Amino acid sequence: MKLNINNKHYEIPDSYKEKRLVEYLRDDLDLTGAKNACDMAACGACAVLVNNEVIKICHAHLKDVEGKNITTIEGMANPDGTLHPLQQSFVDAGAIQCGFCTPGMVLTAHALLLKNSKPTRLEIRKALIGNLCRCTGYQQIIDAIEMASKYY
Amino acid sequence: MQEHESAILHCTGEAVFINDMPVSENLLIGHVIYSKHAHAKILEIDFSDAVKLKGVHSILSYKEIPGINQMGPIIHDELCMVENEVTSIGQAILLIAADSKEIAIEAEKLIEIKYEPLEAILSIESAIEKYNLLAPKRKIERGNLQKGFEDSAHIIEGTLKTGAQEHWYLETQICLCIPGEGNEIKAYSSTQHPSETQAIIAEVLGISSKDVEVEVKRIGGAFGGKETEANHIAAWCALLCNATKRPVKIHLFRDDDQIITGKRHRFLSKYKVGFNDEGIINAYSVELNSDAGSATDLSMAILERAMLHADNSYFIPNIKIIGRAYKTNMPSNVAMRGFGGPQAIAVIETAIDKIARYLKMDSAEIRYKNFYKIENNNISPYGQCIENNRLFILFDKLIKSSDYIKRREEINEFNKSNEFYKKGMAITPVKFGISFTTSFLNQAGALVNIYKDGTVLVNHGGTEMGQGLNTKILKITSKELGIKLVKIKVNATNTSKIPNTSATAASSGSDLNGMAVKNAIETIKSRLSEFVVDEFRKKYEGICSKKHNIKFENNFVYDIKIPERKISFNELISNAYLNQISLSSTGYYKTPNIGFDREKGQGKPFHYFAYGMAVSEVIVDTLTGYNKILRTDILHDAGDTLNKGIDKGQVIGGFIQGTGWVTTEDIKWDSDGHLLNHSPDTYKIPTIQDIPEDFRIELLEGYPNENTIRKSKAVGEPPLMLAFSVWLAIKDAISAVGNHEFEPDFSLPATNEVILLSIEKIRKLQKEPA
Repeated sequence: MKLNINNKHYEIPDSYKEKRLVEYLRDDLDLTGAKNACDMAACGACAVLVNNEVIKICHAHLKDVEGKNITTIEGMANPDGTLHPLQQSFVDAGAIQCGFCTPGMVLTAHALLLKNSKPTRLEIRKALIGNLCRCTGYQQIIDAIEMASKYY
Repeated sequence: MQEHESAILHCTGEAVFINDMPVSENLLIGHVIYSKHAHAKILEIDFSDAVKLKGVHSILSYKEIPGINQMGPIIHDELCMVENEVTSIGQAILLIAADSKEIAIEAEKLIEIKYEPLEAILSIESAIEKYNLLAPKRKIERGNLQKGFEDSAHIIEGTLKTGAQEHWYLETQICLCIPGEGNEIKAYSSTQHPSETQAIIAEVLGISSKDVEVEVKRIGGAFGGKETEANHIAAWCALLCNATKRPVKIHLFRDDDQIITGKRHRFLSKYKVGFNDEGIINAYSVELNSDAGSATDLSMAILERAMLHADNSYFIPNIKIIGRAYKTNMPSNVAMRGFGGPQAIAVIETAIDKIARYLKMDSAEIRYKNFYKIENNNISPYGQCIENNRLFILFDKLIKSSDYIKRREEINEFNKSNEFYKKGMAITPVKFGISFTTSFLNQAGALVNIYKDGTVLVNHGGTEMGQGLNTKILKITSKELGIKLVKIKVNATNTSKIPNTSATAASSGSDLNGMAVKNAIETIKSRLSEFVVDEFRKKYEGICSKKHNIKFENNFVYDIKIPERKISFNELISNAYLNQISLSSTGYYKTPNIGFDREKGQGKPFHYFAYGMAVSEVIVDTLTGYNKILRTDILHDAGDTLNKGIDKGQVIGGFIQGTGWVTTEDIKWDSDGHLLNHSPDTYKIPTIQDIPEDFRIELLEGYPNENTIRKSKAVGEPPLMLAFSVWLAIKDAISAVGNHEFEPDFSLPATNEVILLSIEKIRKLQKEPA
């Protein structure tokens, strides 16, 4: 089966089809940005984008994403290594504390902004309801997304 | 604003947590088989089939512990692994090391454990009934309580239950152990207390601390939940590593983490308050009863902090505070942000709220009247003077900036014209004592290395768990050495660099470690200043430069009296090296002039107090109990902040975590003590939708804190207690249902269910003939 991850093509043996995507990314490709924090697709720390839709991959298997384009947090920065404006906004707004939820937060926000480049604070709250953070109290995350919206 | 030092690494996914570390193919996965009964005898354990399963490398019981079967941090009453009797659910019975998690789970299915259930104490009420005390009661008192009540025009009595709270750090408990030569072992542990983790690993393995190295790069959230609990996971992991002589990792599943680990202590508190017609409190008696769970852990220190915060921000002339910790068959309860403070503050705030309703006055007025004063009435029940009182300045500023008076009128109008929606508002203060109340813990160490190229590596004993400690340490180093941030790195915390550290807890991380780092730098600067004076003497004619005039600033080192005498930092370092000047130093700090006599309940336990205040406004749907926070204004005192963005982040995060505790975070167990909350689907920590729609956070500016690192204040825990503004705003809205004529039933957390039942009771009372 074929997969595209962060604009790179992968040919994957069919025997991998039942493998969980979170394990494939973390263990086989060493893309450890996606975290497994609740193991029941409830907290969003493992969220990645599949064809620009947010998918919580602790419950997704490789067969579920066959032929699709996957964006992980490692694929967010510009090719020259500079941060994507959304990443930079998270840094500047103080939206990051322990950082465990950050990759999922950034990607979920990215999916929102791709669809709705000028979300209201209420729309941001609605879009990120499935991403839990225990440190920040979310306010600076909303600020970051609002700050970044001008780049979309 | 200086960003969090790991922010870029986090938002690119590069930041390495323990579970992200590449490990050799040799890695085994550790799995814990834990007790499924709250109290039972173990009759038989049979793992003969499990150990034969392909891929299983080791199964250990307590019999295989080479050292001491103990992991209690202070009182040694907590077994590392169960022997013949389990005293709570979640205690380790067997440990498995296998090639994969899947194999370990298969092996678990082949294990048979036969129990004989025994009577279990599962609630604080039954523990009180059986008087199953963990330790003798503690007492703090002042004045004449009996006379205080006799002299009071009014007396209110009550009972308050405050619930448990799960830490719900995003990164569940984890440890990775790597065997070394001989007895050596290295543990990468997600621990707030590396030195204790080291000591406990050494004890269970029967080796000495010198052979155990514990390293903590970063922690994915902790909130007290990794102060002692992390030791358990590390001890189990070390046992498997030692038995197999291979790297072993234990990373708890979320469900297992929630079942095994302790929570914030549940309290059942009884209080009696006497006051006059003005609402001024003359006497207060409170009994704080905590559910310690099955072992002591830090329960007595938590109870002590609760007792020391029974007054919150209020001067009470006649007061008696009794603290009792009860032993139950629940998993041993542990530290959590606030460390007992929130449980006690909830009681006095409830008392004040009731006084206001009783006297038909605004609770803000009652609070203001009872605040500690500046010149007199400023001594706490335990004898410490409340210095640098910020309560009045915070209150005056916040009442104005939140438009409290006008909004109170608007809320009253709203409530008059709306039958099914009611609004409520409350302002609540926090005064939080900073220092470990066990005084000797207030010490820290640091090791600062300057390399020949002028870059600096800082080691200190604190752990970075998202709170921004390392970011603050970077700033302190940069300011003290007068060099740019990019030239400085803070190393992973490592017990081989800094020995005998205290936990990164009690909000004290930057206070203690920041000072230790500063002291290390001062030692190096003293050597360098002496050297530079000598260099200047050789280079410049005229009067000699004085050591105390040498300044480190803007990447240069110069004489402030004769500024043309200067040398770049890099050149100085290079020259100093060539002239055999040591460019490395340890630093040590202990908090001065503190001490507390537990027996007498008197002393100066705290170096200083941190203050904060919040106003919250909520709306409640009286047909469902559903509620939301419309607006919160916070004004918090962080002294001269070390980093405004980070401190604000602590204030917001702490407040929201507190909001979860007082509203939605309802932990339930069944009648056998099994936890009913599984993962975030049934344990509701605040989501992004739960934060105030209008959220205004400010730090108090222009009030430096003397005798601390760069005049800053600790900020980790105090803001959590600002969430009482939300809790009491909800109560105010409930009270509006009955036009504030009835005292609502209320407990903590105020879930929708609690709110609805309370409203229904008021509606029933309204219908009854007077």
